Amino acid sequence: MNNLLEVRDLWVEGCPPGGDYIPIVKGVNFSVKQGEVLALIGESGSGKSTISLSTMGYARPGCRISKGEVLLKGEDVMLLDTQSRRELRGTRIAYVAQSAAASFNPSLRLNKQVIEALTLCGLMQENEAIKHVIDLYHRLELPNPKTIGKRYPHQVSGGQLQRLMAAMALSCSPDLLVLDEPTTALDVTTQIEVLKAFKEIISRENTAAIYITHDLAVVAQVADQIVVLNNGEAVEQGRTEQIINNPKHEYTKTLMSAVRQTPSIVHIYKEKDQQEGIHLLEVRKISAAYGPLTILNDVSVIVDKMESIGVIGESGCGKSTLAKVISGIMPPSTGEITLTGSVLDGTYRKRSREDLKRIQFVFQMADVALNPRQTIGKILDRPLKFYHEMTQTQRNQRVEELLELVELSSDFADRFPGELSGGQKQRVNLARALAAEPDVILCDEVTSALDTVVAASVIKLLESLQKRLGVSYIFISHDLSTVAAFADRIVVLYAGRIVEQGPTSRVLSPPFHPYTKLLLSSVPELRQGWLEDITATEEARSGIAKDVTVSSVGCSFTDRCPMSIKGVCNTQIPPIQRPVGGHEIACHREIVELNKGIYKAEFDEFV
Amino acid sequence: MITNNAIASQSVQNKKKKYNNLRLTPVAWMSILIIMFWILVAVFAPALAPFDKADMVSFESFKLVEEASFLGTDYLGRDVLSRIIYGARMTLGMALIATLISFTTGIILGFAAAISPGWTDQILSRIVDAIMAFPSIMLALIIIGGVGTSLPVVILTVALIDATRVFRLSRALALDASVMDYVTVARVRGEGVNWIMFHEILPNTIAPLAAELGVRYTFAILFISSLSFLGLGVQPPGADWGVMVKENLQGLLYGSPAALIPAACIGSMSVAVNLLVDWFLHRSSTMIPEELMG
Repeated sequence: MNNLLEVRDLWVEGCPPGGDYIPIVKGVNFSVKQGEVLALIGESGSGKSTISLSTMGYARPGCRISKGEVLLKGEDVMLLDTQSRRELRGTRIAYVAQSAAASFNPSLRLNKQVIEALTLCGLMQENEAIKHVIDLYHRLELPNPKTIGKRYPHQVSGGQLQRLMAAMALSCSPDLLVLDEPTTALDVTTQIEVLKAFKEIISRENTAAIYITHDLAVVAQVADQIVVLNNGEAVEQGRTEQIINNPKHEYTKTLMSAVRQTPSIVHIYKEKDQQEGIHLLEVRKISAAYGPLTILNDVSVIVDKMESIGVIGESGCGKSTLAKVISGIMPPSTGEITLTGSVLDGTYRKRSREDLKRIQFVFQMADVALNPRQTIGKILDRPLKFYHEMTQTQRNQRVEELLELVELSSDFADRFPGELSGGQKQRVNLARALAAEPDVILCDEVTSALDTVVAASVIKLLESLQKRLGVSYIFISHDLSTVAAFADRIVVLYAGRIVEQGPTSRVLSPPFHPYTKLLLSSVPELRQGWLEDITATEEARSGIAKDVTVSSVGCSFTDRCPMSIKGVCNTQIPPIQRPVGGHEIACHREIVELNKGIYKAEFDEFV
Repeated sequence: MITNNAIASQSVQNKKKKYNNLRLTPVAWMSILIIMFWILVAVFAPALAPFDKADMVSFESFKLVEEASFLGTDYLGRDVLSRIIYGARMTLGMALIATLISFTTGIILGFAAAISPGWTDQILSRIVDAIMAFPSIMLALIIIGGVGTSLPVVILTVALIDATRVFRLSRALALDASVMDYVTVARVRGEGVNWIMFHEILPNTIAPLAAELGVRYTFAILFISSLSFLGLGVQPPGADWGVMVKENLQGLLYGSPAALIPAACIGSMSVAVNLLVDWFLHRSSTMIPEELMG
């Protein structure tokens, strides 16, 4: 009996309100050995979370486990009574939820929450428990392990919270760890840090783990075994190397093809010449601040007709603030925005209806961006009535056209947002922006909440809409690979300043600014061992592990930069270098130093 | 294509689901029956009542059940049943008008304060604080005592006091809703205050507001009854359930139920309205479809 966990012929049924039970997990079998990581992968709705919860003998409200065995060390979890099941959870099987930020109580100190399972189960006294978790903090490489537990959840970063969740889960030394999309909501750099911590602690503690994700590239780094799920069925399962290198099932192949390509090998030369004369939208030397806290500093961006501008950076870099400033939600403290030459007022309240119409905002979370009490038809109808003064019949027809434009059938008009999937909501969100017939659409992380397959289809849609309607996009994302495949030009933001901008190919292949390099190298690759390679050097680790800090003197990136010059980088604001038209790099280092040898000939002409 | 078919079958299920959500529970049925009963009684009072509310039907006060008056007589020998029937008109009608006034003003001002923060919010909120600082019955005594009692004065006083509570609640609810992205979308679209209030925020706060409406309505009944009990509300010979409790209180000493009957009427109406609100709240909270698959 060397299998720690065995799941045999598991069936789970779900009951939609007022309906009959329908199977959502259909006869899944797998087993996990001690010290092994099993990955469950599939799109949302494939039943992966449901399966992982049933390993703890738990079914969500409205669901029931109808058939099958879950054996933990040979003991069937299903046959246990409620009390023993409760004891099992937390001590022998621990669960790490997707969003650590939502799982912590904001008004309790971290230590108190992390040791709760230990003290509640009576395993340890409080003092002892705190000592125990501090030791865990050390092993998870959390900064200031002795004092971090005295902080509140909002005082630590997202990646740190995720690791604290892991500490909570590991505190009782469980036999099995269930990790439900633990890195999906994180930046690429933070993801590396968390993945590395998870992987190390799993191998050191010799626990078994179930890792749930939709991202194959992440799975390749951590898992020993993979189960590919589609609509509740395991369509393929096997060792990681076999599935990654030699997928057999069609569905696995589809998933593989939806995996983001590594940006460095994207060679679509989408370079366009900067248009002369009046630009469609021009952001000139914008600064913005929340009270004394400066978020944006001296940011200038130009958008031309039918252009897609990608804005990238980690969270806290001011990406969303830039979109808010452009749309007028947050007035800038200095600088101005012009739309085809005429200056826009800083706040949307004072802009004309025509100006408002021309810039539309698509929010990140389609869930909260659509009024839950309005039908899709009404949501789309309103901008038509508001901006275009069409008659009712014209509007009905236009709503149908809009739905068709975003590839939804016309009967969606009668539904409420709650009845739609995440991808469908995002399409409606986009259709509403299109209803205004804008010149510029601001897309704030529109694909971040979607899984890879759906995100890829949304991007494809954006591209085809641009060709048909001639709109421009400002596309904000922390996911460099999405932006790379899509944007004409890229703006890299760090701590509120533009560190590099220019045509996509110039910025990314090869990357020049050390921060761009860091972002690029942090995008997971679909091969095993990538995680070890990327964290091999001390330099890389220091770059990955630190958070964005804003400094008023010098270059904010200094403390994470492997190439920083002492006495220069931390005291002076970096100069902007322009090697070729439209490409700007803010760095103290010479361009040739930033990228040795490559494109040297081209630069010699300028130097 | 497959997804489209799946969606189509889902939408059939959704319609079924909506129907299920609207289905009345036995408790809701009972509440509706009680409320309907009292509404009908109030509307057809002159036709239903055997005597006029002021008619003396007997020379004997606190008479128990007899042929002429089904529920006995009160302290002046008037027919209790007739007075209950006319009292339904007065009590329920006044409470309804007061609640409607308090809700319209409370919601509009509360939403306005939430949507336009700054001076509007400050001024409105501080005025409401000042009104709420007085114990409500005391404030009502001061106002009615100062202005003199009449039906409109009583109704407006109750409405004013209730409106402060509604203001507080609707302001808090609207503040919650107004930070949602869909409200920001509407603002950036250039929508005016009216649209944001009635199309974006109101539909999303309607459930808790409806619950409050039910509770406030019962409070209004009780409040008007207590004002009448204190002699400030409905004046004799007008019939009001609160007045009737007050007038016939001494009858309890003689074993007459004349004070208990109107009290039971107030109780039945309050309970029925509250149960109906509970049912409504439960229904609207189950309307959010649960995500079953992860």
